[in-house]
Amino acid sequence: MRLKLNLKSLGLALVVFVACAASYLIAADHIDAPAVTGTGSDITDVYAFQSPANSSNMVFVVNVQGLLAPSATAAASFDEEVMIEVNIDNSSTKDNMEDLVIQATFDNGKVKVFGPEAPAQKGLMSTLLKSTPAEATVTSYGANPVIGESNGIKVFAGPRDDPFFFDLNQFKAIIGGTATSFNNPGADAFAGTNVLALVIEVPKSMLGSDAINIWATSNRKM
Amino acid sequence: MMKTNLKYLSAIVLFGTALVFSACDDDDNDMPVTTMYEQEDQMARPAINTVFVSTGEKDMFNTTTPAQQGAAFATKFKDKLLALNPGYTTNLLGLDATTFTGVLATDVLSVSLTAPTTFYDGTNVLTGRKLDDDVITVELILLFGGPDAMANPGLTDDHVDANDKTFLNSFPYLATPH
Repeated sequence: MRLKLNLKSLGLALVVFVACAASYLIAADHIDAPAVTGTGSDITDVYAFQSPANSSNMVFVVNVQGLLAPSATAAASFDEEVMIEVNIDNSSTKDNMEDLVIQATFDNGKVKVFGPEAPAQKGLMSTLLKSTPAEATVTSYGANPVIGESNGIKVFAGPRDDPFFFDLNQFKAIIGGTATSFNNPGADAFAGTNVLALVIEVPKSMLGSDAINIWATSNRKM
Repeated sequence: MMKTNLKYLSAIVLFGTALVFSACDDDDNDMPVTTMYEQEDQMARPAINTVFVSTGEKDMFNTTTPAQQGAAFATKFKDKLLALNPGYTTNLLGLDATTFTGVLATDVLSVSLTAPTTFYDGTNVLTGRKLDDDVITVELILLFGGPDAMANPGLTDDHVDANDKTFLNSFPYLATPH
């Protein structure tokens, strides 16, 4: 009984404190902020994991343009004005400044991946690396994945199932004060939706030796 | 505001550059002009901006470098945490509110190059993020579950434990689109 009471007060507190933020509580990072929502630079999720196929490799996934209905997926395309960057801090102090970057640009139906390499400048402004990129044709909706490979780096870009899963609607109901707990089973709000996925696999030896901090950014051509 | 200023600044820089080039461009040589890119979105751990940043500051969070995010947002994140869970003491990682939000406010994903890579697998904590990691439930436990993950049981698991499609064992790993 006491637990139930506490939950109720917690629910009330949720209503009072965060109701005004509810409309922006969306998902992992899907439509997270006004300036990027509905644009080609809206990152939905970032993943970093050891390659299931080769333990010497690391896989980075950056997804953009989430919540694509199947009927809208064929027409969706990467924004050629937007460069996607994986930022890597491999310093021993972990100062959260990028020592290496991996950059992906989209041009004429091709994805080009540069790096990992030290950037010419750190921070909010970027220039493209000058090294020879790994390239692939952007896979079209319904086609088999086109995989580019160069210098041990693998590249894929194209529509995929959104790998994110979350009972977003019940979470919003809790935050909005119309529910006090999740349902069991929950309902995945991202089931049946697609994203535009960028997948890059690189040898770990190119990244550092022990541990790294990473973050993804989208960057618009000026 | 900062963004607007940056845009003006870059316009001035570009204009200035164009003037210099045209002044020197006597013989129509193609001078290499470096294309600049300006950051718009930024993300590492899931749901940080969406949950912890207030409505008016979401674009600012996206355009604040991780090295500066802690100083700019840690206190605000703590306020938000205590608004979401007024009964917060510590969590399963043993972090009090100040320490926990201090970690969260610097939005980077730690990735091990030697240990198993996972958001949380029962043993390894924040060593990466796999496609099938139930990251939302992990975050709900850390937000609402208290020191033993037992508090607020209705809020610590959304009971969506897996993706709606099976992931591939080979590149590009993500499932085919719907």
